[in-house]
Amino acid sequence: MAAPLTLLLVVAVTIRAALFRSSLADLIAERVEVVSPLNAWKRVVEGLALLDLGISPYSGDVFHETPLIIYLFHFLVDYAEITFMVSRKFVSSVLLESPRLCFRKQKYALEADRYPLDCLELIRSPKEMYYIPLKVAMFYLLNPFTILSCVAKSTCGLNNAVIALFILCTIKGSALLTHTLSLCLHHYPASFLFFLSFRLYIPVNIRRPSFWWYTLQYAFMYLGSLFVIICLSFFLLGTWDFLPSVYGFILSVPDLTPNIGLFWYFFAEMFEHFRLFFLCVFQINVFFYTIPLSIKLKEHPVFLIFMQLAVISIFKSYPTVGDIALYLAFLPVWSHLYRFLRNVFLVSCVLLACSALFPVLWHLWIYAGSANSNFYYAITLLFNVAQILLVSDYFYAYLRREYHLTHGLYLKRKDGSEATLVLK
Amino acid sequence: MAAHRCHFPALVLILWSLSVFIVADVQETTRLTDTGPSAASSQQTAAAGEPPAAAETRRQPPEEEDRRWEATEVEEAAPGDAPSDSQTSSAPETVVTPSQPEDDFQEELVIRPLHSGDIYASFQFRTVWDTDFMGGKKVSHYRLFPKSLGQVISKFSVRELHISFTQGYWRTMQWGQPFLPSPPGAELWVWFQDTVTDVDGTWKELTNVLSGIFCASLNFIDSTNTVQPSASFKPLGIGNVTDHRFLRYATLPREIVCTENLTPWKKLLPCGSKAGLAVLMKSEKLFHSSFHSQAVHIRPVCQDWQCKSTSWELRQTLNVVFDLHSSGQGKREWSLFKMFSRTLTEACPLASSSKIYIDVTDNPQGEQFELSPATPLLSQAVVLGDRRTYSVYDLTQQATFGSMRSLNMLLRWKSSDGDMMRPLLHGERYVAGYGLQTGEIHTLMYNHHPYRAFPVLLLDTVPWYLRLYIHTLTVTSKGKDNKPSYIHYQPSKDRVRPHLLEMLVQLPPNSVTEVTVQFERALLKWTEYTPDPNHGFYVGSSVVSALVPSVVAMDTNSTQERPLFSSFFPSKEESSYFVRIYTEPLLVNLPTPDFSMPYNVICLTCTVVAVGYGSLYNLLTRTFQVEEPSPGLAKRLANIIRKMRGVPPL
Repeated sequence: MAAPLTLLLVVAVTIRAALFRSSLADLIAERVEVVSPLNAWKRVVEGLALLDLGISPYSGDVFHETPLIIYLFHFLVDYAEITFMVSRKFVSSVLLESPRLCFRKQKYALEADRYPLDCLELIRSPKEMYYIPLKVAMFYLLNPFTILSCVAKSTCGLNNAVIALFILCTIKGSALLTHTLSLCLHHYPASFLFFLSFRLYIPVNIRRPSFWWYTLQYAFMYLGSLFVIICLSFFLLGTWDFLPSVYGFILSVPDLTPNIGLFWYFFAEMFEHFRLFFLCVFQINVFFYTIPLSIKLKEHPVFLIFMQLAVISIFKSYPTVGDIALYLAFLPVWSHLYRFLRNVFLVSCVLLACSALFPVLWHLWIYAGSANSNFYYAITLLFNVAQILLVSDYFYAYLRREYHLTHGLYLKRKDGSEATLVLK
Repeated sequence: MAAHRCHFPALVLILWSLSVFIVADVQETTRLTDTGPSAASSQQTAAAGEPPAAAETRRQPPEEEDRRWEATEVEEAAPGDAPSDSQTSSAPETVVTPSQPEDDFQEELVIRPLHSGDIYASFQFRTVWDTDFMGGKKVSHYRLFPKSLGQVISKFSVRELHISFTQGYWRTMQWGQPFLPSPPGAELWVWFQDTVTDVDGTWKELTNVLSGIFCASLNFIDSTNTVQPSASFKPLGIGNVTDHRFLRYATLPREIVCTENLTPWKKLLPCGSKAGLAVLMKSEKLFHSSFHSQAVHIRPVCQDWQCKSTSWELRQTLNVVFDLHSSGQGKREWSLFKMFSRTLTEACPLASSSKIYIDVTDNPQGEQFELSPATPLLSQAVVLGDRRTYSVYDLTQQATFGSMRSLNMLLRWKSSDGDMMRPLLHGERYVAGYGLQTGEIHTLMYNHHPYRAFPVLLLDTVPWYLRLYIHTLTVTSKGKDNKPSYIHYQPSKDRVRPHLLEMLVQLPPNSVTEVTVQFERALLKWTEYTPDPNHGFYVGSSVVSALVPSVVAMDTNSTQERPLFSSFFPSKEESSYFVRIYTEPLLVNLPTPDFSMPYNVICLTCTVVAVGYGSLYNLLTRTFQVEEPSPGLAKRLANIIRKMRGVPPL
């Protein structure tokens, strides 16, 4: 295990180092698919430049990172490839996280005698599980999306690292530390983590007082750490400017720079008096699925995290390919679901084709002038449809596997003929 | 009948008040004539604001320019011959109207033949009124000063107002420096009194009122194109408030200037366009020109030598450059009639002075061109750092109009050679880069002075939809990095305020200084685009303000006219002069959405969201079940019958 992992790391580092040194780095850093107004490295540098001029970085509309990030980079800016290292750190945490995940799975496997006999082929062998961490690492490190995001020095890598750290701590059972960490990043993770964190340890039971006690405790810790983080930011900068500039900017979507998401063109073409309504409708999508998902998947916290990450990266206001890479890294963990996936071939073809078409249509619109914005918009639509299909397909497969685990793989009707499974 | 009876006491009241006025006026005049000999002449009264202003020059460079220009009048006739001296000194006295001494109107026209073959004509009309709009009491009796502007000053507590409308771009390299620079489009800058509490609200109202007065789109000035420069625009009048909270500056580079702006401007003149120099302003000629700029400047000036009280000065200027060379069928000659299709027959009767100056500096012996009718009056002045000689025609003298009772100056070129001295300071600007994603603004500033470096203040106002990255700012001169000694940067806020970049840069001698900064083009909402979005968006001119070393001071050998004891150290007032230049406005394209399909976009995007919602909802709310095939219709009917019969179903 150590040898292939080392080899993998070496390969990944080499690719990134080569790209950093090449002329492609500047080109990649400008790509709208890779960087968004929220996490572009250029904007971080601009924020630092403003800070050096003695101007609050939030007095303008260029910098939207949280205050802690800017002070972090204030000390680290000399190491320009910091994000490079950060992504290493992230991957290592994912690597650590995966085995934990597998132990849980193994526990399930040991209880296999609870399940019908014919389900054994649904349960992964220890040999398979041995390679899962490696596969996860490979999926993340060698994913072109991650590489692009890293070479562009998008702060998305940093964000991903904190989320991964959070997941690791959640699985290990000490979520509080990373809670604070994830709070200092953007609010989307913070929103679902709140629900997630107590779902993992205590079953929802309204009648039991211990549940309420735990919830209260957690809510208090959450609000406390939020308060501490915001106050810390305030004392670092001395103004409250960062609140509208960071959170207001994410929620009200004033910057319509094209990206791979659904928001930019929709709100560029929106009628002004419907703007607020649709803004609420679109933003609610991110938070909307948290509660039903955590109820439905209360026995499967890791899959819940995967689903929530995917939903966030599809419906967030400024998505980049770095966000997609994060939930794509989970796919090898669900390798046992492949037999239940319905249209994975089609979806992966669409995703690949769209990824290739993004730069082409961007060039035609912005540089060649022979296409217009509709071309690029059409590709973002298709890309998002493909992502939605991919995620819902995995969700379907997961639920179906759960059903088969309890009811046996080969279902029979009452009359003995082969039965088909339907959602009702 | 009742109405008639009412009229009689009213008439008596009016008569009584009139008599009081007249008595007061007589007292006024006697008081003035008492102090008259000390003030010498109205010329000096006009220039009385000078000494305190000179004391202020160190703090307020812009003062320099105007003082220099007034110096023309003071120095005038000094080198001229004796008859002209007596004429100029006696002339104003004849036109001083004894009834209303507290306001005064002067008009003049300067014509400068340019080396490119074009003609530069600059009108200036100056009204000075010794009144106080701010003194609490309502000023309601107006004579020469336009009432509309007076009301604006008092209602909005304006301390200084400068507005210009310009069509075309002033080509500094071909034409030299203009007397009063102005950027293409409309420019407005206002200093408010420090008693104003809500400056932004007052500014908004003021722009709307001015928009009505000048028939211009000044109502498009809002917070997205208004800035508060910290150093570039200092007050030109008296007053010591330099807190830039009370300053507002805005340009509308897209504004198109035409007849509808000229007509209200002409109406502000005491004589309208009925008499005096304003007769020449025929719009079809004025707008058939390479450059047209009209401006209004209002400021408080000192009333007298001690500057104990202030008076208000209104300067209306109109600058035109005619391209007569190309339209004159190859003949290089011009006359007043050819330029304006009018000739002059009289001065404005209300004007205390009315003069035409023609720049004859390059033509001392008459070898370049020939001017007719010739005038014996010559005047010399240092204008924009250069010593110029002017032929003067005084319109208040009947002799000027000759036997024809009309003045039509004719200038015929003899040779076309002769080179213009390059302007010492010159600026250019352009956008570099391709595509609609990013770009780079390049500003070039040329210092043509052979051995002296001088600092310049550069002011850039960039709209918010071009997002500037200040960390990409570079200033290079002669291939070396030239760090600005002062930078004032205000980042933009989307849809709220523009970028403001001000910096103080030292220009090395004989060099080009290049300022570059990168920007990113924003995609706007579809309603925020102009009706012709693919034409592009205008970015206002950069403003370069500088104290430029004078050419006169540069010429250390010109001692022939001055005594030796006065020429070793460059004298203060001639060593440098204030110049403000404007670069070209920029035209930048932005990426555009498809304006024809908002409905389609809303429908399609909502469909995708619905697909996401639907598939997740489906999986969240339903559970897996083994499909039980439903029995056929015939079987179900048979079962119902069997049930009624009490037989077990099939």
